[in-house]
Amino acid sequence: MHPRIKEKIYKWIFTVFAFSSLVFLLGIIIVLFKEGLPIFQKVSFSKFIFGKTWYPTYDPPEFGILPLILASVWVTVGAIFICVPLGVGSALYLHEIAGYKQRAILKPLIELLASIPSVVYGFFGMMILTPFLQNIFNLPTGLTALNASIILGIMATPTVCSLADDALNYVPKAFREASFAVGANRWQTLTKVVIPAAGSGISTAIILGMSRAIGETMTVLMVAGGASAIPKSFFQPVRPMTAAIAAEMGEAPMGGDHYHALFAIALVLFLITFVFNIIAEIISRRYRIKLGLSG
Amino acid sequence: MKKNNDIIQQIGFSILFFCIIITLFFLGLIIFFISIRGMSVISWEFLTQVPKSSMTQGGVAPAIVGTFYLTLGAILFALPLGLACAIYLCEYTPKGFVVNLIRVSINNLAGVPSVVFGLFGLAVFVNFFGFGVSILSGSLTLGIVILPLIISSTQEALMAVPQSIREASLSLGATKWETIKNIVLPTALPGILTGVILSIGRAAGETAPILFTAAAFYMRGYPKSIFSEVMALPYHIYALMTEGAHPDKQRAIAYGCSLILLWLVLLISGFAIFIRQRQRGVHG
Repeated sequence: MHPRIKEKIYKWIFTVFAFSSLVFLLGIIIVLFKEGLPIFQKVSFSKFIFGKTWYPTYDPPEFGILPLILASVWVTVGAIFICVPLGVGSALYLHEIAGYKQRAILKPLIELLASIPSVVYGFFGMMILTPFLQNIFNLPTGLTALNASIILGIMATPTVCSLADDALNYVPKAFREASFAVGANRWQTLTKVVIPAAGSGISTAIILGMSRAIGETMTVLMVAGGASAIPKSFFQPVRPMTAAIAAEMGEAPMGGDHYHALFAIALVLFLITFVFNIIAEIISRRYRIKLGLSG
Repeated sequence: MKKNNDIIQQIGFSILFFCIIITLFFLGLIIFFISIRGMSVISWEFLTQVPKSSMTQGGVAPAIVGTFYLTLGAILFALPLGLACAIYLCEYTPKGFVVNLIRVSINNLAGVPSVVFGLFGLAVFVNFFGFGVSILSGSLTLGIVILPLIISSTQEALMAVPQSIREASLSLGATKWETIKNIVLPTALPGILTGVILSIGRAAGETAPILFTAAAFYMRGYPKSIFSEVMALPYHIYALMTEGAHPDKQRAIAYGCSLILLWLVLLISGFAIFIRQRQRGVHG
């Protein structure tokens, strides 16, 4: 074969494969719409989103996913209280305070925490955290929103940490040197120069951490308790969206209302994480331009 | 005044140090509890036998084998796609618009909740293509899950190859493809392999994508073809905790499975993290 034709064929192959991510992403969107939208012929959109009761197997069934959405929001908000201080604090320590040797040991350990499978986190939550929480708070069940929040928070910490670490990396060295030059100590430089400069980068890290927490499935399925009532406190069992999908899809007859309703929940979930990711993308692009780096 | 500032700095540094210590404390806690309690269950029989007496005795060998098949399938599917995508983005440097479009879709694909991948696999591979609940459906679904990870690590490896090597090759009359095949890929190979190893760790531990596409709670033996249902370690842990009639005995087995899965993933990922750190240098 003529070399020039061969070159063209290779380039063509790579081009086609390069669009695979886009194809899969579009495929997911199409599938969610196609399988999720039919439920809105049975239930109105507002009744689906704001309906207060989720009884998909009753007769007549009720498809209100407000309790599931609120449960996801609760456990995610709870997780933020853990993953933001721990993740951002760890990143600040790693990037600004730790020496070369400390960093070489601590950073891989944080990455290792990120590699633990979610089902192992869930199992740990069920076996260790559940009895512990049940004892100290004297609860009828340890499988609660609190339990899920704690585990999700731990899981999201490495994500927040490594993204915040990247954000700190973008802060030009000259900023720090200028601060030292006018007599600020390291802590003043950190709080008055580095953190404000890295602020939007760190907020990107937090948004992506939230996105990770709200989409997490196995842990909330195992430790959140599964009750589909509207959550009123952190000490009661809840059923986040991901848990509802994972727990019920196996029993939902294919093509039935319940099946379509679960796809519609997945659509809502997908749109939420999609918006989070897009916001994070926009903020991080502006952030790099602000710091004089290419977008 | 100066002294005061020093004290504040000391307190601030201690708080940040405390944050990282708590984070790592959880890592230690998880490894400790699962290792201690799982240890008593692990035996040669546990690793090599099939389950017996409705999941209360015997071993979990089919789950270990199943995880191996699913992970292997996922890599076989995702690696060519991911490699090609990264090569296209780094070596053929398409127009800005195309790069942005592909980059945004990779980022968003990486952010899709794992259970949504499971639904996609169910609707497309299991039902639409008619592969059924099988190794094939599960592998393809897992492959999509790890695709963004493979692309980004391959991209990183390709970008670390110095531009001067490419130019030297091109100036000697090699074509673009020859340069990629003979110069760029061999140089980037260690970095690419690190990404693959990380993806193996990720694929082996994922549960939600295989819930409806591949996993079976109980099988008498080993899967016969890529169209068979399959047991898998992560799903097995979940199923032991939520199904079946003997919770206490199942719990012990779940500890054993968690121990195997945890250490499998820790060793695989730990190895990759270690190698990557040496490649990048500590501050990478």
